[in-house]
Amino acid sequence: MTPPHSVYDAAGVQSAEILQLWHVIAWTCAVVFAAIVLVLLVAIWRAPRSSRETAPDLSGVDTPERGPRRSVTGAVIASVLALFALVVASVVSDRALARMSLVDAVNIQVTAHQWWWTAQYLNGPVSQTFVTANEIHIPVGKPVLLTLKADDVIHSLWVPSLAGKKDLIPGRTSKMHFRADRPGVYRGQCAEFCGLEHALMGLLVIAEPQAQFDAWASAQRNPAPSPTEAKTIRGRDLFQSQSCALCHAVQGTIANAQHGPDLTHVATRQTLASLAIPNSRAQLTAWISDPQKIKPGTNMPATPLSAADLDALVAYLETLK
Amino acid sequence: MTQPSRTVLLLGAIAAALLVSGCEREARRFATPPPPQVASAARLGLLQPATPQQGEVRLATVKASPYDGNAYGVNQGKRLYRWYNCSGCHALNGGGAIGPPLIDPEWKYGSDPASIYASIVQGRPEGMPSFGGHIPQDQVWQIVSYLRSMGAGK
Repeated sequence: MTPPHSVYDAAGVQSAEILQLWHVIAWTCAVVFAAIVLVLLVAIWRAPRSSRETAPDLSGVDTPERGPRRSVTGAVIASVLALFALVVASVVSDRALARMSLVDAVNIQVTAHQWWWTAQYLNGPVSQTFVTANEIHIPVGKPVLLTLKADDVIHSLWVPSLAGKKDLIPGRTSKMHFRADRPGVYRGQCAEFCGLEHALMGLLVIAEPQAQFDAWASAQRNPAPSPTEAKTIRGRDLFQSQSCALCHAVQGTIANAQHGPDLTHVATRQTLASLAIPNSRAQLTAWISDPQKIKPGTNMPATPLSAADLDALVAYLETLK
Repeated sequence: MTQPSRTVLLLGAIAAALLVSGCEREARRFATPPPPQVASAARLGLLQPATPQQGEVRLATVKASPYDGNAYGVNQGKRLYRWYNCSGCHALNGGGAIGPPLIDPEWKYGSDPASIYASIVQGRPEGMPSFGGHIPQDQVWQIVSYLRSMGAGK
């Protein structure tokens, strides 16, 4: 269902830089480890040996090792040099990460909640901004600047294919920037334990060509389409008169609460409940009738509805494209 | 080997009892009670009042909130008190503003759990809206427990 969550699947300049640093550190550590194991093996091989008949020759034990000072000095110098090389590599990578141009960047404000994400697209005048949840679309080859905020507790955003981790701290604003260089769907995840459903707090980043992104963005700016059939009209009325509208917003209707994900275009998203389940009719029905079965502890309560009402509500939500 | 003294054993037993007594305080339950069979709740227009709902507006049959003394339930109640904008009229910590305060002992419509439940679910004259059918039963009880923890009716 979801794409791989892997540092090795680097899809942008920032993640490529981080991957390069990872290779330098991993190979340096591997060489150091191999050297230590090698020296240990030599020491074991050189140790006095005995057989069944003869006692071990311990005569050399009392005579001091030749040149201990030389070996220790050599090892210290090698360690200092290796550590210094790692520091230099780290600084060089850091500067490379900071150097990425932010001209013409896509500005997105990401707010973390227990246990889902809000994404607010801030480019252009206020009439051009829009809100979506748990799914970020970005244009390929263009810098993206995320403004990170948290609503309740400390979270951390990690999309390993695109960038490193960054914490989202209540009351503070942090920034993060990256660029996707090839189109694709990349998985993100909360990387700081934030409560019961921390593990089911995923995020999709969808990188697509500029034209496709523009089409998506302009569709997201529209209010929700008005239902036309009797069944979907009933679904909308239920949405507004039951508990849904107390937490969710659907632009273009009276439902305007901000406590849960904005559902204006929920039918266009690939997953529900922050990557917990795929967005299908059956899963949506199961989710509304009892979210606690799928994501125990989630702030969405079960909604007791008759089968016909539930059907109408799901039919309405499926028209929100 | 020396035997631990009687005092040490007694102190150990008291410490263990204190630790164990805290266990229930944070208990969380996530299973949703099976929903009652509900009739269609659809309205034909926004101005038409909702059809009477037997399922949810019915008054509580129990006298106490299942979340009384449960830290998690009370905390959820606090969150919901803000989410559902109780704080809009009764003030952020229940001190009262447009609506009456909720931390004093004298309540117009009763401050026992069942009466608070009824006030939330049915609404009261002069401005308290009815939340029956909007806020699920379980969450109403969490709000009741939160109000009681703030000192309602004590």
